[in-house]
Amino acid sequence: SVSSSFPFSLLDPMLKRDCFEDILEERRNSSDLKYALRCYAPVLYKGVTPCKANMLKNIVLQSDQLHYVINQVSQESGEAPDIIQEEASVILEEMAHRLQISTVRCFAFALSKAFKTLFQHVCVNEEGIQRLQQAIQEHPVVLLPSHRSYMDFLLMSYILYTYDLALPVIAAGMDFMGMKFVGEMLRMSGAFFIRRSFGGDKLYWAVFSEYVKTMLRNGFAPIEFFLEGTRSRTCKSLTPKLGLLNIVIEPFFKGEVFDVNLVPVSISYERILEESLYARELLGVPKPKESTSGLLKARRILSEDYGSIHVYFGQPVSVRSLAQGKVNRSTYNLFPRHIPRKPMEETQSFVNDTAYRIVRLQEDNMVLKPWVLMASLLLQNLEGLELSVLTEQTVWLRGLALSYAAFLDWPDQAPTAKVVSSSLALHRGLACVSGDRVSLVVGEPLGPVTPEEALFNRAVSVLSCASYRNQVLHVFLRPAMLAVAMLHLSDEVYNCFSFLWDMFSNDFILCPGDTVQDFEEACYLLVKTGAVQMPQQDIVMTDIGQPTLSFFNGLLEPFLQGYQVVCRYLCEEASEGLTEKQYIPAVRSFAVKLILAGNLRCYEVLSSDMQKNALAALLRMDAVRKVKVADQVTLIVNKMAVNSIDDILGKNRMISHINQTPISPSLSLVAVAEDLYRDGLTPSYIR
Amino acid sequence: MASDSNSSESQRIAQQRLRIIAGHLQKHKDDDSGTIATECKAEANKGTVPRKRQEIMKWNGWGYSDSKFLFNKKGQAEFTGKRYRLSGMVLPSLQDWFENTFGASVNHKSPATPALNASAVPPASLNEAFVEDLKATGIPFSHEAEDRVFRAHGHCLHEIFALREGKKFERVPDMVVWPNCHNDVVKIVELACKHNVCLIPYGGGTSVTSALECPPEETRCIVSLDTSQMNRILWIDEKNLVAHVEAGIIGQDLERLLNESGYCTGHEPDSMEFSSLGGWVATRASGMKKNVYGNIEDLVIHLKVVTPRGVIEKSCQGPRMSTGPDIHHFILGSEGTLGVVTEVTMKIRPIPEYQKYGSVVFPNFEAGVACLREVAKQRCAPASIRLMDNEQFQFGKSSFKTLPFHLCKGIYIFKGFDPHQLVVATLLFEGDRERVLQHEKQVYDIAATFGGLAAGEDNGQRGYILTFVIAYLRDLGMDYYVVAESFETSVPWDRVLDLCRNVKERINRECKERGVQFQPLTSCRVTQTYDAGACVYFYFAFNYRGLADPVHTYERVEHAAREEILANGGSLSHHHGVGKLRKEWMKESISSLGVGMLQSVKDYVDPDNIFGNRNLL
Repeated sequence: SVSSSFPFSLLDPMLKRDCFEDILEERRNSSDLKYALRCYAPVLYKGVTPCKANMLKNIVLQSDQLHYVINQVSQESGEAPDIIQEEASVILEEMAHRLQISTVRCFAFALSKAFKTLFQHVCVNEEGIQRLQQAIQEHPVVLLPSHRSYMDFLLMSYILYTYDLALPVIAAGMDFMGMKFVGEMLRMSGAFFIRRSFGGDKLYWAVFSEYVKTMLRNGFAPIEFFLEGTRSRTCKSLTPKLGLLNIVIEPFFKGEVFDVNLVPVSISYERILEESLYARELLGVPKPKESTSGLLKARRILSEDYGSIHVYFGQPVSVRSLAQGKVNRSTYNLFPRHIPRKPMEETQSFVNDTAYRIVRLQEDNMVLKPWVLMASLLLQNLEGLELSVLTEQTVWLRGLALSYAAFLDWPDQAPTAKVVSSSLALHRGLACVSGDRVSLVVGEPLGPVTPEEALFNRAVSVLSCASYRNQVLHVFLRPAMLAVAMLHLSDEVYNCFSFLWDMFSNDFILCPGDTVQDFEEACYLLVKTGAVQMPQQDIVMTDIGQPTLSFFNGLLEPFLQGYQVVCRYLCEEASEGLTEKQYIPAVRSFAVKLILAGNLRCYEVLSSDMQKNALAALLRMDAVRKVKVADQVTLIVNKMAVNSIDDILGKNRMISHINQTPISPSLSLVAVAEDLYRDGLTPSYIR
Repeated sequence: MASDSNSSESQRIAQQRLRIIAGHLQKHKDDDSGTIATECKAEANKGTVPRKRQEIMKWNGWGYSDSKFLFNKKGQAEFTGKRYRLSGMVLPSLQDWFENTFGASVNHKSPATPALNASAVPPASLNEAFVEDLKATGIPFSHEAEDRVFRAHGHCLHEIFALREGKKFERVPDMVVWPNCHNDVVKIVELACKHNVCLIPYGGGTSVTSALECPPEETRCIVSLDTSQMNRILWIDEKNLVAHVEAGIIGQDLERLLNESGYCTGHEPDSMEFSSLGGWVATRASGMKKNVYGNIEDLVIHLKVVTPRGVIEKSCQGPRMSTGPDIHHFILGSEGTLGVVTEVTMKIRPIPEYQKYGSVVFPNFEAGVACLREVAKQRCAPASIRLMDNEQFQFGKSSFKTLPFHLCKGIYIFKGFDPHQLVVATLLFEGDRERVLQHEKQVYDIAATFGGLAAGEDNGQRGYILTFVIAYLRDLGMDYYVVAESFETSVPWDRVLDLCRNVKERINRECKERGVQFQPLTSCRVTQTYDAGACVYFYFAFNYRGLADPVHTYERVEHAAREEILANGGSLSHHHGVGKLRKEWMKESISSLGVGMLQSVKDYVDPDNIFGNRNLL
């Protein structure tokens, strides 16, 4: 009965995911040239004829929407409307795609070659493709792929070309434009470029949104963008950005289209091309500016094996059905539709909610490889483990993951030992077997290294490994938070869960307002696997539940510790006028100090991603405030509040005894668990 | 003493003044040669509608008993009778259209119950004291089953479907009264108040909003007050161009009688053959030629309404007043909830010297709407301008294809147009000949700028001929498993296209989701233009074979369509009204404060809910 209230396939006993087809197979058996030159005749929305790029620009420039803003800007700036119109035209020129089938054919040819070298398989769920094809004909379609790699959008277009589907136009960040030639190539394969920030620029916003809406309303092409806004460097889904989603949903609310279909697409890489690049970036090596030569250097990677890619086209989500009963469209009746307007509160929360739900759907259909489970185990055993233990625990974890409906791509025919060894082989850059012990690879020192350099090298491999563990977090997150709440934190279990839920809502995809639902889901899952029992209103760990809860606790341990380090830093070290800019390097050096002194074993706190998320959480919880002084943003720390958050996080935990000998987390956990178990849990867990 | 003489003196002066005033009034009434007065009850009934309506009209379908569509033995469609231009004609290609459009077959009949089963009608529960008092007034009444059932419904699909299926009505009026004039109504209303009887005014019976349905929860005796016998033109004032008319008169009689004197009202709703003047007032009716003559609210100069609190009327016939909110607007659209409209003074016009039909073909609906918008912008709309979508064009084409009076040949010359996209606007110009021709040119010039091509007078005329017979088509459909209905809205110009597209799509989807096995017909037309928007009319029909409860399915789909209309900026109704069918949206439409204002008027005027049809609120 509990499960019926969950919106996600996660708990659906009828859950059936589509099968995959390897599209590279045909490429290995037939001519790439023929493939690139074959007849391509996709069907468009209601059979419209595709719109030439120039015509599209004209429609946008002549729209009432744009005219309104041009006149407004002209009045405000005193500039003649013609001049503003000219500006708009320049913006549009800079932005607009110039999709050309010939360019796409070039890519189709080149990518076929590259994919065959890089990947074993590129797998696509063909039923999803069929659903998409249907959707494209009936409604304007928005493709919302997950974003883990630069490859994503080329891959998407490649697949759509392969299946004779309408090629999408893709919102891309302006940084690509730096790469002159590549930028133009991407433009001609359907990318349109938007500036990363244009906060107050009314005209830019108007041109941009009208450009997107015009394509959408007329169904000229599916629109593709990344809800996460940027590539996730951690392989965790990023909390969604709402700007573009607002733009593509608005035409539905205004009645300009009957419906809009959102299609979540989950792109799972067995190995990500950017793997160690991301780890370095998170550790503070700035992101290299996208440049053509940089991309060429990437040729090095062509010699490596990157395993398989799985692309899962999810069920199209009808905005109309989602909005049913949530947004009253008639509130749009009393305002001219061509005048830009801030979305109403009701709409904003709907769009926000929708964004989260789509990202969760992306997560749901991410394909997980056995290595992901192994990485999760290795990270809890940084000293390494025996191969047989790792194998045994991986099998155990597989069972747990499957009972939580993880989308696990486990080769059923192969013996477990083979699965483990081939995973280790593919990821030999991250883990190595010496004797019968498996441990993380630490970059070979070339000559003498400072302790800091050694630490840095170790951190790179931990963060790289974490990017695999992170892929499974969405499966275990809710029960894991419940486990932590049960084991570590006193007070009422629900309150603790709710606190963690709130605390971590920048790090994980937690749909706003779903706390109770997520809690129920967590209870349901833990009960389902026998880890806990719920006699009446109690939540009680069972004897067989110990390994599960302990694993879950270990899974979240780095996050708990990381947040605590941030709290500690803010309370103990942060100077009065700490600026936002100084924050990340300062936390980093604080953590480095702790690790070098042997007081902290958590390397993940060195990740700028975790540091940013922790800060965002503290800001959200009003423990830290931002104040703008001159051109600097200063962080004002409410030490009392931060301290008490630290307290809650750190109750009975290692970090609160920073100067004592650290205990292995799993040991401390068992002790705490036993304490809690003995004391019994508070009966009513829901406020 | 002094004060006594003073007061008698002032009384004397006052009386003298009253006499003088009365004299003026008398003189005005008698001597005004421009006024043609008719004494109440002085003349024999000249109206079309007899008390026993079922003598000339179908009891379970639209219009006259002698006029109907049928498929003859050869499978060809025919229209029977002699009343219409189409009467007696064979329409050979209608069958193809019908079968192809609906997936229906002339071999699959769903015939109606042949006659009313009087025993299935709930027995009349009479208020004996009321009946006694009523008898004393000499006003005719009846409690026969046929009379009662005839007044228990309008022309909603579910009502007609139930009649055809011989389904039992939960509640019908317990008796019918036929007042002959205003004073009769006053007496009836007084008696109803005295004996706590529920009154439901009944005019032409053409309601499509469940307005005539008796509330099933009503326990009092329900009396249907049929105004059809109050059908005289009492006087015509040629100086002011107004006529004073009893409100029971039906549209065709009103026009015919005025025409005899050289006048017309120009108010021509599509139902004008049967709908009544009082009904128009009660529902805020709109006529086809409102561009020249105005809608009912523009035509009404003075109203006389009998309510439980007494008679409401204004003291003069000033053409416009600033005397607070216009009390006429409490009555216009009151849907029989406040009282009975008994007499109306309304504007009349001399019969136009010249009338000319016209038509324009556009490459697609978008172009057509853009043209109508431009015509409205330039305020040069002809008396009538209507834009039919491609579905209606297809229907018109097929139904007239091989008719002897060759109305269709024009259409086929437009080779450049996609026959599955093109749409037709029909036009009607009125006025003096020269101006009509000038006006015509202006409109055609505008049309040309939107790619519109003039398609001849005949094509225009046939569109208007279809107007009156189209209601008969539904009965034909119902003989062959097809249910159909129409509904309307008004919407700002910039939303017309979006609304039409979304509503059609919504209907198609809802049908699919609700298990309708065949593609429904959804069609719309823009029937009126205004400065700020248009009236859009939808037709919706589907083949219901395989459905357990087609009426329920239909109602759910219509409900969804209305939600879609409201979500797309359309109004709850342009001219059909609210009745009981659309009550649920009133709050949303006019705000709860608005509903409260209407409710307080109702509470004041009719505290005991004598006019208890429960429409609107």
